[in-house]
Amino acid sequence: MQWNSVSDFFAMGGYAFYVWGCFGLTAVVMVGESLLIRHQRTELISQLRNELVSESTSL
Amino acid sequence: MKQQASEKVGLTAVLLATLRREVSLAMRQKGEVLTPLVFFVVIASLFPLGVGPESALLLRMAPGVLWVSALLAAMLSLQRLFATDYADGSLEQMALSSTPLGLLVAAKALSHFLLSGLPLVLMAPVLGLQFGLDSRSLGILMLSLLLGTPTLSLIGSIGAALTLGVRGAGVLLSLLVLPLYIPVLIFGAGAVEADAAGLGANGHLSLLAALLVLSLFFAPLATTAALRISLE
Amino acid sequence: MKTRLVHWFKFSSPQNFYFLAGRLWPWFAALAGILMAVGLWISFFVAPIDAQQGQGYRIIFVHVPASQMSMFIYIVMAAWAGLGLAFNTRLSGMMASALAPTGALFAFLSLVTGALWGKPMWGAWWVWDARLTSTLILLFLYLGFLALQSSIDDPRRADKACAVLALVGVVNVPIIYFSVKWWNTLHQGASVSLTAAPSMAVPMLWGMLTMVFAFWMYTIATALARVRNIILDRERHTEWVKHAVE
Repeated sequence: MQWNSVSDFFAMGGYAFYVWGCFGLTAVVMVGESLLIRHQRTELISQLRNELVSESTSL
Repeated sequence: MKQQASEKVGLTAVLLATLRREVSLAMRQKGEVLTPLVFFVVIASLFPLGVGPESALLLRMAPGVLWVSALLAAMLSLQRLFATDYADGSLEQMALSSTPLGLLVAAKALSHFLLSGLPLVLMAPVLGLQFGLDSRSLGILMLSLLLGTPTLSLIGSIGAALTLGVRGAGVLLSLLVLPLYIPVLIFGAGAVEADAAGLGANGHLSLLAALLVLSLFFAPLATTAALRISLE
Repeated sequence: MKTRLVHWFKFSSPQNFYFLAGRLWPWFAALAGILMAVGLWISFFVAPIDAQQGQGYRIIFVHVPASQMSMFIYIVMAAWAGLGLAFNTRLSGMMASALAPTGALFAFLSLVTGALWGKPMWGAWWVWDARLTSTLILLFLYLGFLALQSSIDDPRRADKACAVLALVGVVNVPIIYFSVKWWNTLHQGASVSLTAAPSMAVPMLWGMLTMVFAFWMYTIATALARVRNIILDRERHTEWVKHAVE
């Protein structure tokens, strides 16, 4: 372990904004994309279910 | 052998006939041919207005500015390449005819070069003078445009075929085609700069020629595939 | 032997692939999570401080995977597209479409992390080095693909048109990269290269490799999950979809 303290770790030798900015953005992109796909799936399924219902009632 | 010879003559005749058709059609709509040329002049004139009239700066900028302006102007008329024929059904006739579609596509790209690229080549020296380019640089500029604009027409025909009949085709065409134009831009503008720096333009011009040969072989293939997809 | 061949081909039907992808993607997601955890551990706790760049160099542990993957995904996308054109399979086009957004996001991520790396190291938010500029152009190619796809209504035509575009793009990428490198070396005295990582200590290499694999597993999981959505959307009028969503 090369960090003398927790605050040293967060400070990243003065590069905190840049390093954490990068890792943070990566996390946001990955989590965001995954959530978006899941959201699209639920939207799609509810849409398809509605279509099914309207089809069966219209018959 | 005799049949092959007559077939070969047939293909050349088709090529010339297509060229003649394109040129005569375009001549009826002179405005459509002239507008991109005027666009070229206007765009090139915008840059000095934007950055100031300092001659040293303009001289350094000239090859890049003129090449970018030529790129944009060449792109303007790309939509016309297939759209009008598509609208009146003659494109489908061409696709169904016995002549290989690749040949017709190449002929169309060549006529696009004659109608839009060549005027740019001829217009460029006039604009180059505005930027203070000397006669040697003007010559290299014209040569680079002469080698580069046919490639722009060929690559552009791929984009035109892909976006046939699509909403917002004009801007979409630009988005698709401009990244592919970048190598031509780099070598074209680079040729003039290299020559001005005393390094010689031969490397750049050879690369431009290589790109032209590559696109002459491969672009009609891609364009034909794209046309068949669009015509389905 | 022959039955084995038939077995694989059955997965080229969207219906079968939908359920296969459904079973597979959680595993890839789990792998991605594990590799990411290990990679982050190495990045922060094993890899030592750099002599010239201090702690700031750790950005490579996300910048390099992002740019590598954005390139790799484009090639895989073009491969799927080519398969689709050659064999006229619906699924191949769907896979290409499933990969594109992730590739575009990674290209964008590569650019932003590159900027965040360049600012403290070289004092500028953007440097026109060959790799960054090529990644920018790659992003344009991705955006063109996505734009073409969304502007054509018929999904089959859209897939095929995008396939041609992707193949033209993949052929052009080496040409573009070469021309940008040429442009870069011609215009610069001291060549500033964001990829000139000095002597790489072995732990740094391990960290980068682990992160690249983590990104890779993430990409596969995302693509499989996304293609399921695409399949549901395109095949909505079939019986099996109707049964699947009840």
